[in-house]
Amino acid sequence: MTPTPTIFAPLFIAATALFIWSCWKRLSLTALGRPDNRLDNIGQRIGDTLSYAFAQKRVLAKPSGLIHVAIFWCFLVLMVANTEFILHGLFPGLTFTKLPDGIFMPLMQMIDVVSLITLLAVIAAAIRRAVSPPYPEARTFEAFFILFLIATLMLANFGVNAAKISRMQGSTLTLAESIMPISSWFAPYIPSGAGKLVHDLSWWTHALVLLLFMNLLPLSKHFHIITAIPNVFLRRRDNPPLPEREEFNAGNSFGINQVDGYTWKELLDSFSCTECGRCQMACPADQTRKPLNPRGVIGQLKHNLMANGPLLKEGKAATTPLIGEGDASISEEAIWSCTTCGACLQACPVFIEQMPKLIPLRRHLVEMESRFPEELLNLFENMEGRSNPWGIAPTERGKWATQLGERPYEPGRTEYLFYVGCAGSFDARAKQISVATALLLDKAGVSWGMLGKDEKCCGDSLRRLGNEYVFDKLAKENVALFKERGIKKVIVQCPHCLTTLKNDYKQYGIELEVIHHSQLLLHLVQDGRLKLPKQADLGKLVYHDSCYLGRHNGIYDEPREALALATGTEPLEMPRNREDGFCCGAGGGRMWMEEFTGDRINLVRAAEALEQQPDTICTACPYCLTMLDDGIKDLRADKVQVKDIAEIMAEAVLR
Amino acid sequence: MLIVACIKQVPDTTQVKIDPVTNTLVREGIPFIMNPYDTHAMEAALQLKDQFGCRVAVLSMGPPNAEATLRKALSAGVDRAILLSDRVFGGADTLATSKVLATAIAKLNDEVEPVGLVICGKQTIDGDTAQVGPGIAVRLGYQQLTLVDKVEELDLTNKKLVVSRKLEGRHERVQAPLPAMLTVVRELNRPRYPTVPMRLAAATAEVEVWDNNVLQLDPQTIGLKGSPTWVSKIFSPERDKGEIVGDGYADPEGTVDLLLGKLMEKDLLPL
Ligand SMILES: Cc1cc2nc3c(=O)[nH]c(=O)nc-3n(C[C@H](O)[C@H](O)[C@@H](O)COP(=O)(O)OP(=O)(O)OC[C@H]3O[C@@H](n4cnc5c(N)ncnc54)[C@H](O)[C@@H]3O)c2cc1C
Ligand code: SF4
Ligand code: SF4
Ligand code: SF4
Repeated sequence: MTPTPTIFAPLFIAATALFIWSCWKRLSLTALGRPDNRLDNIGQRIGDTLSYAFAQKRVLAKPSGLIHVAIFWCFLVLMVANTEFILHGLFPGLTFTKLPDGIFMPLMQMIDVVSLITLLAVIAAAIRRAVSPPYPEARTFEAFFILFLIATLMLANFGVNAAKISRMQGSTLTLAESIMPISSWFAPYIPSGAGKLVHDLSWWTHALVLLLFMNLLPLSKHFHIITAIPNVFLRRRDNPPLPEREEFNAGNSFGINQVDGYTWKELLDSFSCTECGRCQMACPADQTRKPLNPRGVIGQLKHNLMANGPLLKEGKAATTPLIGEGDASISEEAIWSCTTCGACLQACPVFIEQMPKLIPLRRHLVEMESRFPEELLNLFENMEGRSNPWGIAPTERGKWATQLGERPYEPGRTEYLFYVGCAGSFDARAKQISVATALLLDKAGVSWGMLGKDEKCCGDSLRRLGNEYVFDKLAKENVALFKERGIKKVIVQCPHCLTTLKNDYKQYGIELEVIHHSQLLLHLVQDGRLKLPKQADLGKLVYHDSCYLGRHNGIYDEPREALALATGTEPLEMPRNREDGFCCGAGGGRMWMEEFTGDRINLVRAAEALEQQPDTICTACPYCLTMLDDGIKDLRADKVQVKDIAEIMAEAVLR
Repeated sequence: MLIVACIKQVPDTTQVKIDPVTNTLVREGIPFIMNPYDTHAMEAALQLKDQFGCRVAVLSMGPPNAEATLRKALSAGVDRAILLSDRVFGGADTLATSKVLATAIAKLNDEVEPVGLVICGKQTIDGDTAQVGPGIAVRLGYQQLTLVDKVEELDLTNKKLVVSRKLEGRHERVQAPLPAMLTVVRELNRPRYPTVPMRLAAATAEVEVWDNNVLQLDPQTIGLKGSPTWVSKIFSPERDKGEIVGDGYADPEGTVDLLLGKLMEKDLLPL
């Protein structure tokens, strides 16, 4: 059957209409979301789109990403070829042959070669998915079928061209062979006389598969071909991503328990997921067999939106609960499993915001339903009643420093507030970090003071756990006190305090200059204010990246440099380090919760550290220290010590 | 049926400091909380409300600032919060306290709705006498069931209940007719955490204040004047200053030896 517009045109129009309808059916649901301005900083957004969507910077973070990059760039070229294919099908007179030779010839060559590359890349992708899938459940029929369709398109394209070539002679043949080198390989295999048949068959295969492929996009993870680039352009630009503040007025509701509580962009995320599984592979909860899988969460959100969206659009009630069991709901255990480590955010090639979608669900559970793991009741009450997680009397807060004498922060006279934090004030082991830090500050002649019994918890755990109401109270009290005392510069030794004071409190109208002790200590050494008379001899030392120091605040180098100076050698690295660092398990309020399901995160991380056969594991966060210390004890590696960076610096400076 | 929970506002510390001159509690800088046992008493009342639809009122005798604690009760979901506050109620011992509370309960019973249960904490963390609950029961002629760690049955039609009492080394199952007064221990339940909408509603809800114009009690029988107990002297026993032994981080083994040596020297180790 010769290609003819009489048949192709109606098919094309029907397929396109169906495609547009499917896209609209999905994308229009994002309008249910709350407003959110994602059009600020256009220049930077364009830059991000170029480097992350077009240059695929994050995709390339994994070797297998190379296959994707090949397919992506080939697709851009093949879009041109397919446009011609369709135009030609609709208006037989329109072909590339109408183009001037200078464009026509290289274009044809390029399309021919690119089709081969695509074919090879698709085969490689299929083999990779079969042999070593990114995650076990990735071997879906859908994934292989789409690859099969792409391969078919390439082969059909070669078929069309080869059939044409097989019927050519003389100089036209020579020319065709030179501009379609790959297709020419196939031409000799076409029996003489079958040229037209092969051509027509290949053409219709190409046409039908193309229309089918187009219509499968919105129905599958391949919708990302359409949504991923806008999704990158519309990404959140704040890092770390701050939760929204809540207004505590009677009549308001708090948190999210229905899909339209999310913003339109968060809903768009659910249609942009490529199901690549990178978030999942980086997620400490998933990797230790907890029921939280960030990829799954995004999928559940999509299914929930598809189930409830049409009802909500008509003003009817949602029927599928957002929080619950099933593949269109997010389970409570998943919600509570998140350590807010941010690894998912860091891994996602299309900038889907997984973790920030979980916090509002926690808020709903805590604030509206008072439903949360039992262990948190004490924490919440201690925080509210005594403004520390342990419920120790606030008057005990400054006691760790008794031997240092009175060290109050005096407005106008003291330069830095040393915000000790709850762990540093109350936890027996972490108090030693406070002492080491204080002694080093004194040695360097830094002017510092504390708030003593007036210091309150920063509220990090509360906020990550969704208890925004109590966080809000604490934050307001703290900010008021900081303002009253004229505090501008703050030293912290806990990355959770760091991020809360520096980032979260901005929402409360205070811009503090917050410096982590690992940074300040390095600067003091570099400025010559701290001398290192000897090198700390702690044997082989491995450094664990705290998520809140690293991913959330971008502090990777300073602690490493400080350690190198203090010990004379670069610290050892674990396989998962820096941006790819693996959480210790304490973030997101998990510090205060039991870990009943799967492997314990701290054991997994401690084992990873022990693989480097260190004598010392260095942390820069009191929670990390507790987790890893417990970890190595449980692994019976008591010979290995876990020390905070300040203690290591103190060995070099003070001993 | 009305359930009344009695709650007392107490200073939030286990280390109550006593002013040596005035013989009274040092209240400066110490935050107040609901007596921990009373949170369980209130929770028990609320659970029965959830289950049987009874109404719950909380009563507290105390100074005007005890209103904060009553608001907390409102945020947990009680229907009425009543503060019994009057200068003449001040300085009461357990006898006078139970008189005021019992009178208020009787008033609710007569004028509002029959009271089926009064629930108190086992004891307070400041006065620690564990006498007020029983005092109320005796004054009102109610059955008294102390140290309850489980309400096993509440039969509203036959007006009776079955509870488990936690005694030293054993439990006792007791059946009693209503009305009854229970004092409860911590094992009874897990107090609820108020939702934010409830907290916001409680912030503007009414805490009723009843003074002696409402209760009409003879001032000679209440407060300081009605209290036969006179506290002659209260003091915190002095504790010897401790001593830090060795350096457990630098030399764990040596430190343990040192510590054992010291303990044996003082004959504190049963050998
Ligand atoms: C250090 C100290 C020592 C004292 N010693 C004595 C003493 O030896 N003899 C004496 O008679 N008095 C004494 N008092 C006074 C007495 O404690 C209180 O005045 C009395 O009102 C309540 O007794 P209680 O706190 O021991 O309550 P408890 O009898 O321990 O309380 C039991 C339950 O009764 C209810 N309840 C108690 N008080 C109230 C209230 N004000 N409002 C509502 N419900 C309430 C609560 O449910 C509570 O859980 C002392 C007080 C202090 C601070
Ligand atoms: S923040 Fe960390 S724990 Fe939470 S979903 Fe992402 S990767 Fe998993
Ligand atoms: S959310 Fe992002 S990282 Fe996770 S599977 Fe989807 S695209 Fe991949
Ligand atoms: S405790 Fe340390 S590793 Fe763990 S979440 Fe916090 S910063 Fe990350």
